[in-house]
Amino acid sequence: MAYKIIASQCTACSACEPVCPNAAISQKKGVFVINPVDCTECEGQYDEPQCAAVCPVDNTCVPR
Amino acid sequence: MSQIISLSSLQTIRPEVREQMKQTLADHQGCGTSGGSGKSSCGSSAGPADMAPEIWEKVKNHPCYSEEAHHHYARMHVAVAPACNIQCNYCNRKYDCANESRPGVVSEKLTPEQAARKVLAVASTIPQMTVLGIAGPGDSLANPAKTFETFERISKVAPDIKLCLSTNGLALPELVPMIKNYNVDHVTITINMVDPEVGEQIYPWIFYKNKRWKGRDAAKILTERQLEGLELLTSAGILAKINSVMIPGINDQHLIEVNKAVKSRGAFLHNIMPLISEAEHGTYFGLNGQRGPTAQELKALQDACEGDMNMMRHCRQCRADAVGLLGEDRSAEFTLEKLMEKTEIEYDLEARKAYQELVEAERQDKVAAREKEMAEMASVESDTKILIAVATKGGGRINEHFGHAKEFQIYEVSTAGAKFVGHRRVDLYCQGGYGEEEGLDTIIRAINDCTAVFVAKIGGCPKNDLQAAGIDPVDAYAFEYIEQSALAYFKDYVARVESGELVHTARGDAQIRQGAFAA
Ligand code: SF4
Ligand code: SF4
Ligand code: SF4
Repeated sequence: MAYKIIASQCTACSACEPVCPNAAISQKKGVFVINPVDCTECEGQYDEPQCAAVCPVDNTCVPR
Repeated sequence: MSQIISLSSLQTIRPEVREQMKQTLADHQGCGTSGGSGKSSCGSSAGPADMAPEIWEKVKNHPCYSEEAHHHYARMHVAVAPACNIQCNYCNRKYDCANESRPGVVSEKLTPEQAARKVLAVASTIPQMTVLGIAGPGDSLANPAKTFETFERISKVAPDIKLCLSTNGLALPELVPMIKNYNVDHVTITINMVDPEVGEQIYPWIFYKNKRWKGRDAAKILTERQLEGLELLTSAGILAKINSVMIPGINDQHLIEVNKAVKSRGAFLHNIMPLISEAEHGTYFGLNGQRGPTAQELKALQDACEGDMNMMRHCRQCRADAVGLLGEDRSAEFTLEKLMEKTEIEYDLEARKAYQELVEAERQDKVAAREKEMAEMASVESDTKILIAVATKGGGRINEHFGHAKEFQIYEVSTAGAKFVGHRRVDLYCQGGYGEEEGLDTIIRAINDCTAVFVAKIGGCPKNDLQAAGIDPVDAYAFEYIEQSALAYFKDYVARVESGELVHTARGDAQIRQGAFAA
């Protein structure tokens, strides 16, 4: 149960980083990555995964 | 660049001379409006006569808020804010925010610390750099921590620099107190609609209160937030400029409504910009063949909105890391790599002040020259209006070679005065990829609505081609002030038409340059 970021599509805009309620997102080698250990898919916290809702590139923050 | 007065000449200014300059300044406070239509090209288009003194104080050195100042003062943007909280159909987030920047441009992202360093370096090299803006590459207020940290650092090291920011407005209302705290005195909001039915064609979604909203709901929230933010800015005494992107067939007529809505909420300036749309930018509009307006469509809409509101026509849709006078870009001189090479940067507040005083004196001189020319205009009777294209590097003078011009400034001249009404970019054509003939053709298309083009110098070949296209190439006013020269030319033009030597003909439309810009 976790999300991932498709690195080849990430524009490194950083929008996802602050909206994650679990601080699961960080920058690595230019792009952003999700630590699957911390990611809860926002279950019980929000109606939709926050990273996917804010990301400007469709289908970039997706289930693993 | 437009070094009107070289920096080194400053070192030689004695304090008593400086005092004298200050006195001259005090004698002609600000720049007067020049009668006629009552709206000369001074100030945003207005001068202190129809502007409260405290507002004039804020805008007089701001190149983006004052048309007059944009010939003399420079601005810089730092790209510290990459994230955005909405999606616009004219934006591809691989590039800079298209609200403020031209599409297809990628700026070098900086951390707040790097940004402060860059500001210092630029301010020490370009003494007329008076304004620092944060306009992306995403939305400044979708990155509040980075944006405000940058302001904090800069106000510490360079307290004389004015701060401004641009935003799509979604996050604005709650942040107005912060903006006030950091002494940001200018804010630009991009407002393209006040009707969700129009809005849903421009914004596919927004991210608000932990949720992605789509369609009409998204547009409704966005317009409410934008207008609320504008009202709060107005009541906090922060100057608000409104940007609108003109999208033919979607919001072109509607922008008259937008103009009324923002005017009634205290917006200081309205800037209608053309949509720049190319398939290669990969934006929704670009890929779907949505066209941008022509030069005359844009001007007609700006004219229709003018009324008693200041319209801004000198916006260059600068990139999020632009440096220099509007219309020029020196960002390549101040890349991150070059900044990090320098160890010590000295910030000389006194030298900057002295330089700016010289600029101010030159400005007064220019106004006086124009007033004199206008006084003589009183005897001229004509309802003719002509457009004149001008090759200039800044300083309000005709000081650029035709072949080197990256843009032409456009002035509308009539017995009411010479009014700056826009600019036409031509940079790509003279620099890359095109043959000389082709380059000339594109320049002619860009200024096809003009009767004359003023240059410092021009070669024989382009001269003939311009004449063949019905545009009068004029180098007689080389290095003179633009407005004064335009008025003198106009008087002569009217006289020649009257004597039968010349037949006044209406000119056609012109093309707004599309595509990514080098600068
Ligand atoms: S799905 Fe939610 S918890 Fe997981 S990374 Fe995205 S925002 Fe964070
Ligand atoms: S929001 Fe999307 S594009 Fe932006 S950094 Fe996160 S994953 Fe990358
Ligand atoms: S606000 Fe700017 S960065 Fe955000 S989507 Fe619109 S144009 Fe792009």
